[in-house]
Amino acid sequence: MSILVFIEHKDCVLNKTSLEAVTAAQSIGKDLGLKVSVVIPCDKDCALAQEIAGYGLEKVIVAKNAKLGTYTPDGYADAWTEIINKENPQYVVMAHTYQVRDFAPKVATRFGKEVVGDCIRYKAEGGKLVLTRRIFLGKLDADVTVGGDAPYFVTFQSGAFRGDNAEKGSASVETVEVNVGDIRMEAEEPFQEAKASVDLTKSGIIVAVGRGIKSQENIAVAQQLADILGADLAASRPICDAEWLPIDRQIGSSGQTVAPRLYIALGISGAIQHIVGMKNAGTIVAINKDSEAPIFDIADYGIVGDLFEAVPTLVEEIKKAKG
Amino acid sequence: MKIIVLMKQVANKDAVLRVSGDEKWIDESNVSQQTNESDGYALEEALRMKEAKGEGEVIACTLGAQSAKTVLKDALARGADRAIHVVVDEPNKLSPLQIAKPLADAVKEENADLVFAGLQSDDASYGQTGVVLAELLGIPHATIVIEVDRGSLTNSSLRVKRELESGWYQWFKYQLPALLTIQSGISQIRYASLKGIMAAKKKEIKDVTPSIESFAGAQEIQKVYLPLKTKQTQMLGGGDAKAGATELVEKLKTEVRVL
Repeated sequence: MSILVFIEHKDCVLNKTSLEAVTAAQSIGKDLGLKVSVVIPCDKDCALAQEIAGYGLEKVIVAKNAKLGTYTPDGYADAWTEIINKENPQYVVMAHTYQVRDFAPKVATRFGKEVVGDCIRYKAEGGKLVLTRRIFLGKLDADVTVGGDAPYFVTFQSGAFRGDNAEKGSASVETVEVNVGDIRMEAEEPFQEAKASVDLTKSGIIVAVGRGIKSQENIAVAQQLADILGADLAASRPICDAEWLPIDRQIGSSGQTVAPRLYIALGISGAIQHIVGMKNAGTIVAINKDSEAPIFDIADYGIVGDLFEAVPTLVEEIKKAKG
Repeated sequence: MKIIVLMKQVANKDAVLRVSGDEKWIDESNVSQQTNESDGYALEEALRMKEAKGEGEVIACTLGAQSAKTVLKDALARGADRAIHVVVDEPNKLSPLQIAKPLADAVKEENADLVFAGLQSDDASYGQTGVVLAELLGIPHATIVIEVDRGSLTNSSLRVKRELESGWYQWFKYQLPALLTIQSGISQIRYASLKGIMAAKKKEIKDVTPSIESFAGAQEIQKVYLPLKTKQTQMLGGGDAKAGATELVEKLKTEVRVL
């Protein structure tokens, strides 16, 4: 019995969250006494295979077919179906990326299973896993179990495990020619909408606004705070969707991932999609009128109240402090 | 052309949530409900597709308790032509496959050209109902669609833009019929007009009562609780925003040392 881990890549360049999945699987493997192998779908003898073989794994399986050069849900689902049938794993572990969200439930359905998705941690009890997921936009946690027979499909949220904790070792590499049926979608080349003109990943201080800012005119309030702190202005997704700030200011899973020294969140409730983009900031300040907003769970300093009262006072006091 | 839109009733985004007595869900008794955010965008996109094509039918479909009818009535008022309500008493007790199967049964015979859904629900956030449904219906799917090239629509294909991570996107040409899960923010959502609300009263809502199969492989919520705090948060100001701001500046000076 084994655990299979999905290695995500584009043109044989690793998506690093896959190493987080390897770390998760190695940990589960130890707890449940299971060996860990990885699967790399590719159209050639994947250049990534040797690199991944340097980790503490049983084997690296390259699922090879000419149709797997570009990701499609149909192609990947067929490849996975064949590998799972062959390997008969106990668990299939993946990082909860957009690509995995696209094909993993399809594969699970073919086996009459479902995915326990976006888990943030697990514990092993009686030879099985109790998995924890965030629900209600991060306001609550749920401990989840799965019944029935293997395979069990689990995905972990970005950052739930550390990729650099993946144990090294040496694995054998095995190439399996898989069958892929009709592909019902044609992929064009991926592209970046507008080259991000603002690189927030290098910012020392970020002032970010969320729905609590209420209107485009009010962005000026946050801008004043940013100016006096020498900070960059950023936003959660709804603000960029409404085009109050350009998309290159967006923080979160669909925007930039940042780790500034100081992150001030104004009127941001802290949905998971935002939090994954900023939780590694050195110091997090949250100002929000909802005392139960999830952002307070990861904040170092919190102010419950109206940001339109707090921010002007902040600006005044910082002015004084700076003399 | 025929488009089915899957919609779900969920707790209001800003609602204060309490864990229910059995610790397996929330206490819904005093929680206002709304249409799941991305499902609202899915409906909007379906209506725009129909308008661009100049003909067609948009069918809103939900699985939920009787209270979920408000979601369908709202969809009809915004412009959907008719609705299907798969009535279950406790939808939150169902796992993704248990949700997708009765939905598949309810929409199969419609033979729709397109099925739209929001990318995930804001309550259970399984994020797989659409994908599972597509597999059960035997049609291709695309998730996290952020743009639909309406002009590209033919009887057999449609181009859609998928959002990838970190600001990347990709266009795909899909064979029809297909299922798309729609990202929030794809377009501006219209409000229901008074005329629309009046017209909705004459539109059909078909109730379907499914038999839910018990399913050994279901994921089951054992316990719901407030997230464990990973950080010690210093709350400042005691509810007074201005006092909090003054205290914060002191902290930024002495503890964070950015001033």
